[in-house]
Amino acid sequence: MTYEFLQSYWWVLVSLLGGLLVYLMFVQGANLHLGNRVLSENQKRLILNSTGRKWELTFTTLVTFGGAFFASFPLFYSTSFGGAYWVWVLLLITFVFQAVSYEFCHKKENLLGVQGFRIALMANGFLAPFLVGTAVGTFFTGSDFTVNKVAIADAASPVISTWGNGWHGLEALAQPHAVLLGCTLMFLTAMLGDLYVLNNVDDETVHARMRSSIRGLLIPFLIAFLAWTVMLLLKKGFAVDQAGVVSMEHFKYLHNLLQMPVVLVMLLAGVVLVLTGIIKGGWSPSRKGIWFAGAGTVLVVMAVFFLAGFNGTAYYPSCTDLQSSLTIANSSSSRFTLQVMFWVSLLIPFVVAYIAYAWHQMDRGKISSGEIEKTNDKY
Amino acid sequence: MQFAMTAAYHWLFVPLTLGLALVMAVMETIYVVRKDDFWKRAARFWMKIFAVNFAVGIATGIILEFEFGTNWSNYSWFVGDMFGAPLAIEGILAFFMEATFFAVMFFGWDRVSKRFHLASTWLTGIGATVSAYWILVANGWMQNPVGTTFNPDTVRSEMASAAAFWEVVTNPVAVSKFCHAVSSGWVTGGIFVVGVSAWYLLRGREKEFAVKSILIGGIVGLVGSVAVMLSGDSSGVHAAEFQPMKLAAAEGLEDGGRGAAFTIVPGIKIPKMLSILATHKVDGYVPGINDILKGYTDDDGNVVPSVAEKMSRGRAALDALAEYRAARGNDPSGAAAARARLEENVQYMGYGHLSKPEDVVPPVGVVFWAFRFMIGLGMLIALVLLLAAFFAWKDRLEGKKWLLWAAIICIPLVYICGQAGWVVAEVGRQPWTIQGLLPVNVAISSLSAGAVKTTFFVFLAVFALFLAIEIRIMIGAIRKGPEDIKD
Repeated sequence: MTYEFLQSYWWVLVSLLGGLLVYLMFVQGANLHLGNRVLSENQKRLILNSTGRKWELTFTTLVTFGGAFFASFPLFYSTSFGGAYWVWVLLLITFVFQAVSYEFCHKKENLLGVQGFRIALMANGFLAPFLVGTAVGTFFTGSDFTVNKVAIADAASPVISTWGNGWHGLEALAQPHAVLLGCTLMFLTAMLGDLYVLNNVDDETVHARMRSSIRGLLIPFLIAFLAWTVMLLLKKGFAVDQAGVVSMEHFKYLHNLLQMPVVLVMLLAGVVLVLTGIIKGGWSPSRKGIWFAGAGTVLVVMAVFFLAGFNGTAYYPSCTDLQSSLTIANSSSSRFTLQVMFWVSLLIPFVVAYIAYAWHQMDRGKISSGEIEKTNDKY
Repeated sequence: MQFAMTAAYHWLFVPLTLGLALVMAVMETIYVVRKDDFWKRAARFWMKIFAVNFAVGIATGIILEFEFGTNWSNYSWFVGDMFGAPLAIEGILAFFMEATFFAVMFFGWDRVSKRFHLASTWLTGIGATVSAYWILVANGWMQNPVGTTFNPDTVRSEMASAAAFWEVVTNPVAVSKFCHAVSSGWVTGGIFVVGVSAWYLLRGREKEFAVKSILIGGIVGLVGSVAVMLSGDSSGVHAAEFQPMKLAAAEGLEDGGRGAAFTIVPGIKIPKMLSILATHKVDGYVPGINDILKGYTDDDGNVVPSVAEKMSRGRAALDALAEYRAARGNDPSGAAAARARLEENVQYMGYGHLSKPEDVVPPVGVVFWAFRFMIGLGMLIALVLLLAAFFAWKDRLEGKKWLLWAAIICIPLVYICGQAGWVVAEVGRQPWTIQGLLPVNVAISSLSAGAVKTTFFVFLAVFALFLAIEIRIMIGAIRKGPEDIKD
């Protein structure tokens, strides 16, 4: 296995984990309904318990996505996490609250009350996809950082990756293109949440509410997604030549799409699947839309990552110093480490198989009000 | 400080998770084997407590992962290559196992078969334990960086062969740390169960549940105590070998020598005991703080240079690195010469960042007393566990109020003991993030003090809130008792 193959392989895996993470953020999307005034208290409790059985998988996928990035592209981890500090810290805090909210929410000793922790879950539901989307959006807009590896020998200023401004990542909120991706993800995960609840919960009123929510979200989602895509295809991109020199190229991402037909097919197939899922959920009696939209989401997110990193492109570009931009080649772990991780990654199908088996066993019966009233094992 | 606070806080929850996982898995196994619903109710009660604790453990765990990048930018690049494989294995093998089977364990009583549920309970605990191993492989490497070489082209430590990876995975420091951490978790879980059950007995409630829980908790805790002692012994030997300053600080040993005495408390010493513990030889040489600062010759005749000399060689390594990086594109012979100088001195590279030799001395008083609290409390807890298990086995616990109260008091004490152990391990290795290679002040991100202070206080407030809520919920669940948990 060549170093180049292993670097590409791990970019594909990171992309796949990113895709799965966005798909599994149906948990975040569904939790937005915890503040829904149309739903009764029992129905909100149903939704809470429905996402409560899946949230750990989303959370673990986030941890693994972060871990995989750290392990395979550590320079990204050190540059982005240490630099775009406030974005990651904000994301972190929303997830920290999410992690305890299920367990704490309905306990009378919880100090913040039921509403306190529901607000925490809704804040996570809104902010998590928005911040992740905006952070990934900077893969195409660039950020304000420099990388100087020899700095570590300088006692006065030893940090290799330094951020150029005091906003530490929050400046991305002033980048319309990055924000559009954040909004796209927020609308998408909200619809995925609706589709998931539609599939997992047995309650006609809830179903009607989910279908109406999907219908309401489709237009804003399409506007954000199409605007982001058009801007992406028309903008200058960060190209890398054989020698590793980074330069700006007109229509770089359009070129990437045309020069990588597989990615074009993935993107189009993904969009069709997402729309199919949404239409099934919003405009038909089917409850299976989540499977279509979920598969489509994974494909689209992977295609976006491929556009950012493959075909001679710097995936984490620096606007301050083009040559500090991170590429798959210059930011990865060593060949040996990537190879060890390659062998470990062959266990993934086994992991997916037992997760699928466990889910299948747990989801044989859908969640209903009757079950929630009877059982002690609930949030 | 922020990372230390998060790690210490995380370490409040991990031991109970590891210990309770074992206790409830044993109870559920008895239920499945004997088909006795009593054990199902017992397992479910401890599972409720486990779930609250597990949630906060997860919340603090993700903060640690993020902080590697947000607060330790240089560190995450420097170790990223070494961390990669253990982290990938931890993510793929352990995290998903815990997450998936926790959900089955908690919600699956009426949804999956008995055997699948039992397997899920065991797999949740095994997942948590496997996770501990891989993160301690990374931590062990930071204390004893084996199996890697510094690559000046990438400016980081890298693994280069299967043998090197194996060396990292079987690093003796990692193995003994793992055994010590997991077994101390069993002690924590064991004494927690014993203490809570003792409270029921004192209140005259749930007698059968309490006595049987004390028996199981006591046995789990005792097995843990024996393993803690054995692994603690090997940790001491490893500290003497790889981190002699940590040992010297833990002992408050200013001037070492052969046949060194062990200080129980200032003024009370056991002759030659320190040499026996640290080297397993009566007259083994144990260097003190001053010996390490000035340089010494160890038992095998190896001359260990003074810290001043290490600093000078460290600076030579850093200068050579800068020269190599400047010359490698345009001056091959200059680059080769610089690289040779770098390789000659690279083992002391981290010392080049220190400003004075005394920087290598950790806060001696803190480490010294933490060490004593750890050992003293650990022995007290082991004794209480032994007595509790014995009297539970004989069914003679009633009337032994002193023992029941001792068991309750041991619950806060086991946390002090665990935190003291964390202080010995982590404060004792200061100033190093990676022993000899990367001091804490170079492992950082480029952030303003204000930004770090802000997040420090935010996390402090969040942690205080979560801890208060967790304790309240646990007390509420314990007050309710197991009778409320019915099919």
